[in-house]
Order: sequence, then structure tokens, then C-alpha cells
Amino acid sequence: MARATSRNARIGWTVAAWLVALLIFFPILYTIVTSLKTEQEAIAGFDLIPSFTLESYATVQSQNNYWRPFTNSVILSVGSTLLALIVAIPAAWAMAFSPTKRTRDILMWMLSTKMMPAVAVLVPIYLIFLRTGLMDTRIGLTILLMLINLPIVVWMLYTYFREIPGEILEAARMDGATLRDEILYVLTPMAIPGIASTLLLNIILAWNEAFWTIQLTTTNAAPLSAFIASFSSPQGLFWAKLSAASVMAIAPILVLGWFSQKQLVRGLTFGAVK
Amino acid sequence: MIMTLRALLGATALCATAGIAAAQDNVTLTIATVNNGDMIRMQGLTSEFTAANPGITVEWVTLEENILRQNVTTDIANQGGQYDIMTIGTYEVPIWAKQGWLVPLDFGADYAVDDLIPAVRDALSVDGKLYAAPFYAESAMVMYRTDLAQAAGVTIPDSPTWTDIMTAAKAMTDKSREQYGICLRGKPGWGENMAFLTAMANSYGARWFDTDWKPQFDSAEWKATLTDYLAMMNEYGPPGASSNGFNENLALFQQGRCGIWIDATVAASFVTDPEDSTVADKVGFAQFPNKDGVDNHGNWLWAWSLAIPASSDAPDAAKTFIAWATSKGYTELVASKEGWRAAPPGTRTSLYENADYRKEAPFAEMTLTAINSANTQKASVQDIPYTGGQFVAIPEFQGIGTAVGQQFSAALAGQMSADDALAGAQGTTLREMTRAGYVK
Repeated sequence: MARATSRNARIGWTVAAWLVALLIFFPILYTIVTSLKTEQEAIAGFDLIPSFTLESYATVQSQNNYWRPFTNSVILSVGSTLLALIVAIPAAWAMAFSPTKRTRDILMWMLSTKMMPAVAVLVPIYLIFLRTGLMDTRIGLTILLMLINLPIVVWMLYTYFREIPGEILEAARMDGATLRDEILYVLTPMAIPGIASTLLLNIILAWNEAFWTIQLTTTNAAPLSAFIASFSSPQGLFWAKLSAASVMAIAPILVLGWFSQKQLVRGLTFGAVK
Repeated sequence: MIMTLRALLGATALCATAGIAAAQDNVTLTIATVNNGDMIRMQGLTSEFTAANPGITVEWVTLEENILRQNVTTDIANQGGQYDIMTIGTYEVPIWAKQGWLVPLDFGADYAVDDLIPAVRDALSVDGKLYAAPFYAESAMVMYRTDLAQAAGVTIPDSPTWTDIMTAAKAMTDKSREQYGICLRGKPGWGENMAFLTAMANSYGARWFDTDWKPQFDSAEWKATLTDYLAMMNEYGPPGASSNGFNENLALFQQGRCGIWIDATVAASFVTDPEDSTVADKVGFAQFPNKDGVDNHGNWLWAWSLAIPASSDAPDAAKTFIAWATSKGYTELVASKEGWRAAPPGTRTSLYENADYRKEAPFAEMTLTAINSANTQKASVQDIPYTGGQFVAIPEFQGIGTAVGQQFSAALAGQMSADDALAGAQGTTLREMTRAGYVK
């Protein structure tokens, strides 16, 4: 009897989990479905069966060359993430293993910078970019995206590093490891799941950033966020084309997420259960 | 043969225009624009321009309208110099020109500046100087289903009153068949529901401000405007109308759900296009309505226009491009490639004198009538201190217009009464205008 109840409960939870997952995934699914409709079908109302036309994809590609923004998106997201890790790993190590009485305050201050609306600092950052010649450059945007996501990267790495026993590092030191060896050969390999999930999450955040990447670019450094923004029309029907552009923009990151989901989940739940 | 001859003439005109830029060498023009059909067509024809101007390369930045407005405003206010040509409207041009942000446009005789429709030219000029060249222009008019009107036994005159519209909307409504008598904008925004409601208020004799810049939402004219608008939409309009803007109403009309749609004249080419519209051959047109006894048809006028920011480092090449894109030759080029229906409307008198265009565009005459009757220098029958037709041409209007639009949209959604919405609009506008220093 107990076994039957437990089995029923398990089925119930599984169904509930599938429903929630479907609910969360539904907007993406509907975007994909809409991208395979004609504009007339797209506006005709709710319908999950498209005519499977690829005309919107063809129009999108003929209007805007997809590959330039795609390349920019890859460079900006991967570049800013690697740069952030280079800065954040030593910072998180110092905070996790050599904390001072101000460490907590510094962490909170770093996090607080994420609470400010981006538009509040638009003009100063715009002027800095203008005066330093960084406007519409990949290097400028890479640095900016690195700085924007740095607080989250430091926080995540700090949380992972805290889970690693300090005694292991002490033992390495007693064996004659230098600080560089300690970080590179002891700490980093042990924190690989955490670093990997931080890396993936940061790539996703940088890929999807759509305020600065549109404000500070025109043609040379414009990534896929700007590509999507170009398909909304104030006077004309555009839902199918916009959906096609969105699918083309999110497809690479969806594929990356799909293949790395094991690593992502492992990293995100690292240290969650003791 | 005639088509070929026209194409050759067009090409000759374009070459003459392009000759100005013969001396330009290796200039890259960055052009910011919106994703409207006419703009996309222009992008597709860019190779014709660059072939005639080998020293000039064109880079397009296409953005969503609000993002475009935010981007170009940031750029121009900070002298960013990211763009050489900006696509802006009749709202921005007078404000930015007065700030010294735009380069005045002096074209040669071959451009035929006198061919520009006077109302459009005036709306893009400050102190007699043209600061942006119109790419396409629009006013507002009534589009209605001739078959439904006939079946319901009503006629809509060429110059209807609001009483005519309400009578026809009532007769054409059959909610059991999802057939709604009237579709109007309800989505909040200064360029969405407030564009329509400001024009409607003009036609009711209302005004945004008196000569001392005091808001007038407590006037009888505004109350009549909002009350009639809500009554029409609640009784004869589609469900969820508070979310409907231009595109949503376009979709509804094309699917045969609306009896009457009052909106921008540019919509006429969409609803009569048999490829997209299920009612293409059943659409009639009439002038924007007025209230009985008020000689005012809304004064709606908008022109998507090309302007050169003062920060551009290639103003001569930019001017060459604008002269090409807004010339008579460009219109002929479009016609030779895609037919006269595709010609950008509303900017040049000669287009409306062209028999081929009038034949292919049944809405041509009413569009011209609507544009010609729009007076943006004095939009209300009462005395006013501002210019602009379906908007007030002051920098603060974007914020104020959207805030008021939210109040009116909430009233349409049934969240508040007309009186509360008007009181809220009056309070918000008075506060912002006092803060901005208009009201002492």
C-alpha cells in the first residue's frame, strides 16, 4: 500500500514537473512555431500548427546578414566571460581564503552595483566610450560586459570556493606550492564544476544583454540583440519575421545550454545540499 | 516600352542628382532607420545609389522605433557622430532644428523642392529652412468596409461627422460573428493612442494647452472626446482594445473584423493589397471625421524623414544620399521595379498628378486631401501656444503624452471612469508642465 502511494506520488510529481517545464518552455516553443508561419497566419490567432514555411527565415537573412552579428555575439560573450574569470578567480580566492572584516561589505557593495538601472549611467558611459574611441568596437563592449557581469562571477566563485576545505590549500602550501601553483593546480581543478557553470551562465547573460549592446553599437560590433531589434516594425506586420530572427539569435545559446546542462546543473547545485 | 522609358528617365534624374557627389571619395554613410516596408525597399535599392556614387558606401542600422528614437537622441544630444543620416519624424525635426542639432538642407534646382507637398514641407521646416527631407508622409483618414456598410444600409460621406461614424459603426456591429463596427487605437503611448485621441480632440474643438500653457483636460471638449471614444469602443469595438495599436488594428481589419478603422493614411496601401488583405476590394475611404459645427479634421500629419545630424563628418555625402532617396527619380525607380503602388506616398505633389499612380492607388486622392487639410501650425480651432498636429511639439510631450495615454487606456480597459482619467491627466500634465517651467 505504502509502495503504491509512493508510486502514485512519484507519477504525480513527474506530471507536475513536466507541466511546469512545458509552461516555462512554451514561449520559446510558440516563437519557433510562429517563425514557421506566414505573416497572415501569425496574426490570425492562436494556432500551434504552422504551415512550415521558411519564408520568414529567408526574408530575415536577405534583409540582414546573420553572420556578422552572430560572430560579434560569440566574441563578446566568450571574450567578456574569459576576461571576467581572469579577474574574478584571484578575487574570489582572496575573499574565500583570506577574508578580512570588510570582505562581506565589499561583496555586498559589488552586488549592489547590479541593483542600479542601467539607463541611470547611460550618459556617462556613453561619453566615456565616445571620448576614448570605444564606440561600436568589440573591445569596448567586451570590457563593459565583463564589468557588468563581474559581481555575479565573483559571487558565484566565492560561494564555490568556500565549499573547498582550506586545509587542502594549507597542505599544498606545506608541500611548497606557490600562490600561483595553489590557485592553478589545487584550487581550480577542485572548483571546475563551479567555474564551468559560472562560465556558462556568464556566457548566457552576455549573449542576452540587450541594453548596452544596442546603445553602444551601430554596425561593426552590433551583436544578435541588435539583429532582433531590427525586425520590429511600427507600421507593418512582422511577427513571423521577428520570431524567425529570435529563433536564429537564441538557437546557438539553446544548443550550448542543451549540451552543457549536466555541467550547469551540477555547478549550480554545488554545495546546495550538505 | 513606356515603363522602360520611365526607368531610363528615372535613372537619368538619379545620375543628375548623384553628380553632386562625384567628388566624394571613400565615404561610409551610417544611416539609422526603422523597419517599415518603404525603408526596407530603400535598403534593397541602395546598390543603385552606390553604383552611381562609387566613392560612397552605405551601412544601415535598422532598429525598433522606440529604440531608434532613444539611440539617435542620445547620439545627437551628445554629438556622438555615430550616424550620418537619421530617420526621424515631424515631432523631432522642429525641436532638434531649434537646438542646432540638424544640418539645414539646401538642394539644387533639380531636386524640385517646390514639388514637396506644402503641409509636409512646412512641418519639416523652421524659419523657412528645410531641416529634413520627407521619405514618406501620412495623415489620418477613415477606412471602411463598403460591403458591410451597404449590407447595413448606411453610407459614409467623403467628409463624415463623428455622428455619421457612430451611426455606421453601430449598424455594422455584429459581435456574434466577431464583426466589430469600429477599431481604434487603445494601446498607451504618445505615438499610439494619444496620436489618435489628440487628433480626435482637435476635431472636437479641444486643445492640450491654453495660451498660458495650462492643461485643458478639464474642458467640456475633452470630456466629450473621451466620452464618445469610450462609448464607441465599448459598444462597437473589439475586445481587448486597450492593447491595440496600429499593427493590431491592421491585422483585425485585414481579417475582416472591423467595419471602420480610422488611422494613418499609409495603412490604405496595406488594406487594399490583395496579397495580405482578405477585404482588399471592399475598402472605402473618407476624410478624418469632425464634430458637427467644428471645422477641423484632426490635423494629423507625420512624415518619416531623413535628416543629417550636425555631428556627421560626411554631411555632403549624406546630402547626396538624401537628395537621391527623396527625389522624384527615386519614386520612378521604385515604380519601375515594383509598380506604382509601392511608391513612397505623401511627399510630392507630382506623384498625385501621375495618372498611373492614381490608377493603381485608389486611396491616392483621399490621402492627398487628408495631408493637404492638415494644419500643424494651428491644430485646434482655439488659440494655442504650440505647433504639431497629433502631438504637441515640445520635448516634454513624449513623457506627458505617454502618461496621459496610460490614463485613457486604463479607462478603456474599464479600470477607471472617463472623469477620473481626465482628472488624472489634468493633474499629471499640470505637474509636469509646472516642473518644466511652462506654467508659472
